[in-house]
Amino acid sequence: MSLDPSYLEYPMRGRGYDHALYPWSALHERPPVKWPKGSVAVWVCVSLEWFPITPTDAPFRAPGHMATAYPDFRHYTARDYGNRVGAWRFLDAFDKVGAQATFATNAAVAERYPELVCTVMDGGHEVIAHSTDMNGTIDGSLTEDAEGALVGEAVRRLTAATGVKPKGWLSIARSQSFRTLDLLKQHGLTYCCDWVNDELPYRFTNGLIDLPLNHELSDRTIIAVQQQSADSWALSLEDAFDWLATEAARTGSARMLPIHVTPYIMGLPYRIEAFERLLARLSARQECWFARGDAIVEEWSAQA
Amino acid sequence: MLEGSADPGLYDYAPYRGRRKVVWPDGKTVAVWVAPNLEYYEIDPPSHPRRKAWVRPHPDVVGYSHRDHSNRVSHWRMADVMSRHGFPGSVSLSVALCQHHPEVVADGVARGWEFFSHGIYNTRYAYEMSEEQERAIIEDSIRTVREATGQTIRGWLAPALTHTPRTLDLIAEYGLDYTCDLYHDDQVQEVKVKSGRLASIPYSLEVNDHYGFFVYNMSGREYADTLIRQFERLAAEGEQSGTVMCIPLHAYLIGQPHRIGPFEEALRHIAADGRAWIARAGEIVDAWRAQQ
Repeated sequence: MSLDPSYLEYPMRGRGYDHALYPWSALHERPPVKWPKGSVAVWVCVSLEWFPITPTDAPFRAPGHMATAYPDFRHYTARDYGNRVGAWRFLDAFDKVGAQATFATNAAVAERYPELVCTVMDGGHEVIAHSTDMNGTIDGSLTEDAEGALVGEAVRRLTAATGVKPKGWLSIARSQSFRTLDLLKQHGLTYCCDWVNDELPYRFTNGLIDLPLNHELSDRTIIAVQQQSADSWALSLEDAFDWLATEAARTGSARMLPIHVTPYIMGLPYRIEAFERLLARLSARQECWFARGDAIVEEWSAQA
Repeated sequence: MLEGSADPGLYDYAPYRGRRKVVWPDGKTVAVWVAPNLEYYEIDPPSHPRRKAWVRPHPDVVGYSHRDHSNRVSHWRMADVMSRHGFPGSVSLSVALCQHHPEVVADGVARGWEFFSHGIYNTRYAYEMSEEQERAIIEDSIRTVREATGQTIRGWLAPALTHTPRTLDLIAEYGLDYTCDLYHDDQVQEVKVKSGRLASIPYSLEVNDHYGFFVYNMSGREYADTLIRQFERLAAEGEQSGTVMCIPLHAYLIGQPHRIGPFEEALRHIAADGRAWIARAGEIVDAWRAQQ
């Protein structure tokens, strides 16, 4: 028994990464960053998702998508609940503490639910692109033409529905191909949120910026996957904030806490209060700067 | 091992009750070692016939970038917490990290950490390697770690826990002193090998941060509490005969901002207790070996 000899060859084994997508850089060695207010930017990012009742499995079925045989009324409606009810609870919660957030929005949501997206924008929140709908997944199995068309359509339809060209992009499940970064750049986007390897923005080789949206802190990971309670999720977020505020004070460099929430998960009646309490506690902290993704990217770019 | 045999013949049965007393320095009852896994996962590794490296077609952006968090952010956060409470690391090292990010390896050296091999990359698996191929990765590990750190590796944790029937015999033949791949005991144990000697030092899957967060779905606070319970029991039982507690870590998990604070409290608890011999893996194996 033996493996092919090439399995013990390591052509990319050298200084830096095994790819050229971005250069290596250690957070603690970078020049300090400062925010206009406070030392921890709290970036709340809401996913606005529409799951067609006709799911597609290519390239892959999005997390949270239909699960039973057709027609899956159960999951179609439970997900749409987020757009009808949960997202409105979020908007009230943000108003209460004066927080501005980012809404990663399927183009289909902007087209189908203009009342929601108008209220999001009137509230001073940011809308970024989040594919066409929850069938619009990307991975390395997608052809270049299909992926280019998907990104282009998502940006064009979202822009048409909102009247504003988005600066940011979040892929479904943060899943990309090797071409995605260049396609996002070509379609005029400034930043994406998919790469979770850092805790401040950084620049890809092609000039696009990554604003890392920590997936470990999301309501999907902690509540839907790890099956913790909403209170446990909120406590973890507070622990994270405490640590980052201490680290910012110790290092003299600002930090960022990304809070990725989903209306059909955290917007439920029995969970929303934990989210509201978290927002209230954070807003009472002098280190807290509630900021939209584009504001963080702009502040960081001006200093980087 | 006895290849193909139902009992792999790795060790003799030894009941926990009535063992000869193992003594740790200064009357401590439990040897505590911390094992940070310093790893490099390739973004586009070659395929292996028995195991896929990534769930998604390459690039698996979340899988890859999550692990990259260690080498940009969380290694230093984790290492600072360990240093603050007097815990050296015994590093399970993807040795190619010495080439990719020597800064991370140099930081461990500067902190006085011990290095052992965790294969070349955590995306290259040993299953189905020929003897010659497996010798090549052992020799590569010895050479690479020696050049990068000046240390001669004394231990082995198989890359991504992938083995061949020859692995334990081969690492013993090359003079390595311990394996971290066997989970049958809470004390150091002798492993049966064809030549030389090999000790099994308790590593742990059960209190590995990966298991804590992704098998048992614990919060950071629940994991910290688990470590304290593990410590309390092993410290108490160690009065009969010295026990070993390992805390196996991955910076991209334990070094996340919501987990590192509770983890620091667990280390503070263990360091303040007074029953812990906080040591490196090699020191623990040496102290045990001297009593055999």
